[in-house]
Amino acid sequence: MSYLIECKELTAGYEGTPVVKDLSFTVSAGDYLCIVGENGSGKSTLMKTLLGLRSALSGEIIFADGLKQKEIGYLPQQTAAQKDFPATVREVVLSGCLGRKGLSPFYSKADKKLCDDNIELLGISGIAHRSYRNLSGGQQQRALLARALCATKKLLLLDEPVSGLDPMVTAEMYEIISRLNRENGVTIIMISHDLQGALRYGTKILHMESGAYFFGTTAEYRSTDIFHAMSTCDCHCSCDHHTGSKEAQDNV
Amino acid sequence: MFEIFQSDFLIRALIVGLLVSLCAALLGVSLVLKRFSMIGDGLSHVGFGALAIASALNLAPLQVSIPIVIVAAFILLRISSNGKIKGDAAIALLSSSALAIGAIVVSQSSGTTDMNSYMFGSILAISSEDLVLSIICSVIVIVMFVLFYNKIFAVTFDESFSKATGVKSGVYNTIIALLTALTVVVGMRIMGALLISSLIIFPALTSMRVFKSFRGVTVCSAVVACVSFIIGMEITYHADFPAGASVVVANLGMLIIFSLIGLIVRKRNQ
Repeated sequence: MSYLIECKELTAGYEGTPVVKDLSFTVSAGDYLCIVGENGSGKSTLMKTLLGLRSALSGEIIFADGLKQKEIGYLPQQTAAQKDFPATVREVVLSGCLGRKGLSPFYSKADKKLCDDNIELLGISGIAHRSYRNLSGGQQQRALLARALCATKKLLLLDEPVSGLDPMVTAEMYEIISRLNRENGVTIIMISHDLQGALRYGTKILHMESGAYFFGTTAEYRSTDIFHAMSTCDCHCSCDHHTGSKEAQDNV
Repeated sequence: MFEIFQSDFLIRALIVGLLVSLCAALLGVSLVLKRFSMIGDGLSHVGFGALAIASALNLAPLQVSIPIVIVAAFILLRISSNGKIKGDAAIALLSSSALAIGAIVVSQSSGTTDMNSYMFGSILAISSEDLVLSIICSVIVIVMFVLFYNKIFAVTFDESFSKATGVKSGVYNTIIALLTALTVVVGMRIMGALLISSLIIFPALTSMRVFKSFRGVTVCSAVVACVSFIIGMEITYHADFPAGASVVVANLGMLIIFSLIGLIVRKRNQ
């Protein structure tokens, strides 16, 4: 079976200090991989290394099956500056097409078509000309998902897509991601603090803890000790969530 | 209203001022949204230091200060992206140092240099060589802005997404800094070192009160900037107020009017 991404004994980190050590895992076409684990376990570092925003200290990441690193559709966490950004949904979604345009300065008809198709797919046609800053959290996430889909057809990398959303909208968001995975054949890699959601929707789990990793299917994960330690401590999980969003702001 | 066109220096000031207002407004949208509003302020202080040195050494002011300010813009970007010293602190350091050096140079050089005109600008400061250079710089800024408009939007809205999908955000940040440096140097002769940053900040903030799309805000900023500059020059001409100060006051008036319009529109939509 061919892999989309093969990560071999990857060590990554900041200024020579490794945060992720000797990590190996694979992503196949059609996977829904959830990356879970405590803060500081290197989830963000791994993500940035996958995206090529940071280079690996050692080991390698092999992209195969015609996938290029720049073709990963990325849903980043929202920044403070975006909260009151004057831009229409369509302007935001269109900007997803820019990556592959190289030096060409303006959008083509095909770009605009792709943009409108993705807006349609995410069910936000009705708000395409509304201002991004006036949208609800869930609508903003949909717009950013549509933008990510303009950059890729194959693989989405989602960084805590449901953090800060209320339960209803969280469920909706999971449904959308699931649908993209099932019906549109988009491979998903999702970083999440929401273990329940990860178990419910993910087909594979990568659990990261400093120095120890688990990689396997969701069913395999349920029978591990780390899973029992994680799931029996609800209080811990909610604290985790809180510091998680703070960490995200610091990263910005 | 158009008696203003009767003298050469006023026409020169008007042309340079309009072009600078336009450039500053275009760049301002991105700078304000990226939380880099103070970069114009920092660069203008560096420009002041450079101008002081140029005039003390009897060199052409713009030719000396443009490269110095461009270098300063690069340093500012580098420092703020490295993160050891935060961007706002870096700007404060750089501007006060440059201001201090400029003040010492001005105090030591003899005769003609006038501190006041550096600080608050003068419409008499534009020579015809300056005019040509200003026009060239402004055309460069406007053409680059139009060509890179979509990329500037993407990098302003979300730098990490742009980078991850292959937009060279470092390059576009550098272009924005470079264009800002050019605009600041050209504009500070009229507006003065202390007031030039208002041309960058005011029009963008004014337009954001009313417009909701990036394109709308950009176009509106350009228009607001030019209208404010003309109003400011009219005030200067008729009331004999300092030019830079009058333009800032005109911009302030615009901000207040647009804020009220924005408020009314929001009330009505509720």
